[in-house]
Amino acid sequence: MACEGCRNQVTQALYAELEAFIDALPEKKGALISVLHKAQSLFGYLPKEVQVFVGEKLGVPVSQVYGVVSFYSFFTMVPKGKYPISVCLGTACYVRGADKVLEAFKKELGIEVGQTTPDGKFSLDALRCVGACGLAPVAMIGDKVYGRISSEEEVKKILREYE
Amino acid sequence: MSKYMMHILVCGGTGCLSSQSGEIVEGLKKAIEDIGMQNQVQVVKTGCFGFCEKGPIVKILPDNTFYVQVKPEDVEEIVSEHIVKGRKVERLLYENPESKTPISDSKHMNFYKKQMRVALRNCGFINPENIEEYIARDGYGALAKVLTLSQMEVIEEVKKSGLRGRGGGGFPTGLKWEFAYKNVADQKYVVCNADEGDPGAFMDRSILEGDPHSIVEAMAICGYAIGATKGLVYIRAEYPLAVKRLECAIAAAREYGLLGEHILGTAFSFDIEIRFGAGAFVCGEETALIHSMEGKRGEPTTKPPFPAASGYWAKPTNVNNVETFANIPVIFLKGAEWFSKIGTEKSKGTKVFALAGKINNVGLIEVPMGTTLREVIYDIGGGIKGGKQFKAVQTGGPSGGCLTEKDLDTPIDFDNLLAKGSMMGSGGMIVMDEDDCMPAVAKFYLEFTAEESCGKCTPCRVGTKRLLEILEKIVSGRGTPKDLDTLKELSEVIKDTALCGLGQTASNPVLSTLKVFEEEYIAHVRDHKCPAKQCSALLQYRITEKCVGCTACSRVCPVGAISGTVKKQHTIDISKCIKCGACESKCRFNAIVKE
Repeated sequence: MACEGCRNQVTQALYAELEAFIDALPEKKGALISVLHKAQSLFGYLPKEVQVFVGEKLGVPVSQVYGVVSFYSFFTMVPKGKYPISVCLGTACYVRGADKVLEAFKKELGIEVGQTTPDGKFSLDALRCVGACGLAPVAMIGDKVYGRISSEEEVKKILREYE
Repeated sequence: MSKYMMHILVCGGTGCLSSQSGEIVEGLKKAIEDIGMQNQVQVVKTGCFGFCEKGPIVKILPDNTFYVQVKPEDVEEIVSEHIVKGRKVERLLYENPESKTPISDSKHMNFYKKQMRVALRNCGFINPENIEEYIARDGYGALAKVLTLSQMEVIEEVKKSGLRGRGGGGFPTGLKWEFAYKNVADQKYVVCNADEGDPGAFMDRSILEGDPHSIVEAMAICGYAIGATKGLVYIRAEYPLAVKRLECAIAAAREYGLLGEHILGTAFSFDIEIRFGAGAFVCGEETALIHSMEGKRGEPTTKPPFPAASGYWAKPTNVNNVETFANIPVIFLKGAEWFSKIGTEKSKGTKVFALAGKINNVGLIEVPMGTTLREVIYDIGGGIKGGKQFKAVQTGGPSGGCLTEKDLDTPIDFDNLLAKGSMMGSGGMIVMDEDDCMPAVAKFYLEFTAEESCGKCTPCRVGTKRLLEILEKIVSGRGTPKDLDTLKELSEVIKDTALCGLGQTASNPVLSTLKVFEEEYIAHVRDHKCPAKQCSALLQYRITEKCVGCTACSRVCPVGAISGTVKKQHTIDISKCIKCGACESKCRFNAIVKE
């Protein structure tokens, strides 16, 4: 674990990178969503401080920044786990039992959708359609897709890979 | 492509990549190099073949051999047997489900026989990351031809083709272009709507992943026709592979002088930028999409003004869906007349569907308009999984409805589906069997729309929530017959009063299932029974006389609700049972039933 001072340095570097990105924009008008995409890719999530920073740099009221952040499901104000889990709840997965897969993940991890485990290891989300309907029901951990999840046992087995 | 004697095409669509097709490509390349045949045999990672059910797919040209469910460890055998010795690897061929004989050539598979690939013409055929392969398939030929015509001639050709918007609404594309053309402004925009939000639909994604250049070319054609120099693709950030391939295509087109200043030496200049969506279903609606591109909350506004008059930054803007654009180059290459001969009287051309759910052949298909649902489900789709009974097919996603047995012989087109209480939508087609509970399906869709409602207008924001609450009540066994009247009335009100398409169609899944499966709703609210045996609150577990007394169930029951002695029939104490189903899955004698 880095000490307080080092962590600050890391954060400062991220802010500097975000600032450079904003300054390099050919046009600031209408750029809010692309800037937020960049900010989330840097910080992993969009805490209040980052939203304030973005608002000031773009000359947009923070209320508007927050309005956009809270509108879109891709943006998150809580940090994701080291291994973000997304369970597909598209219709194809639903009719093949995705709700049971989601319940199994909730039960195993002891968290609800949108939450992160206390140790910061896993976060759980539901998403709509990965586009791998042939493998339904599907869940993603990071970029890895797990298909044809048929039982609670299988969910346990998947999670064991990350122990 | 003449330089190579053989091509090995490996599907690089999302479904197949998820089952290690990336490793297969690497393995094949290495194995081909090991035998020193890299100059005779080319390994190509293509876009989606459509037959996702049996992925990963490997196809070998020129003999058209179609291998299914290939694993990285099969690579060696494919190379040593097929490539070197010319002997097909029989165990990897697709097996005809009826005759149980292997089929080698994909042309003879039922899945492909009734398909006609126009929008998907290059998917699964070319390397999407190589512009020359697209050009070799007449790519950018349509653009070159268009640049010799007048703007109005281009628009007339699109009008004559009869092409209608593939995003769901079915508005005539040529007419839309004409509106944008006739509005005079210093700047106009062409927008490609790639914000595919229907859960269970992946056709736009597959086109962008498999044939990105067709979109780039079509957008340039549209730009020329309406007088725009700027194009924007609004794409979901959740589609990283599609984004990457599109970026690659745009860069290559610029390099070849097919985008940028003075395209092909003419006075026409056009360039394309990518804008990312951030996960909001309502952004598929064109006014909401435009607001989102402007960096705002993606809330819709009332039309008129239509985007063709006042769109992106209040300039005339033409918004078309990915699949609509994918049809454009073909219309110019083969002619509007050719195109308009395909399909039905009012719906021309083909339609791509993402066929999924309880069906044997899940995948991406393209059929001429007018094909019947029966042909799609039974001939192409191979029928219902596990020999179960067909119950319904849902089209149009959260805005659509359910069609049943009696609708199976209806030719699919925009107007027929509307008349049957569903809609074309973007092309999601979910097949359901006897085990699917219709009130629960309606609840599933309402959960989606209630969550995705942007909140701007009250009928949608509050109405969808109330609908969802009533449906929750029904599936949990607390419903009353009066709830059904409220459902109907509220659905009609939302339909009449909501601001945009999302709200106006949000109650369709309820109305359509209520109409077609009323007795199933009545069973829930009057008899408190779920005929499909899905709603666990309405079910009770019982141990039948098949029980041999092995005690497996009583040991697995988490609440100690099962009692009995060894080798005697056990019983379940209903008052203790939490209906988790653990006993049922543990029982090896099928002695536990839910009723």
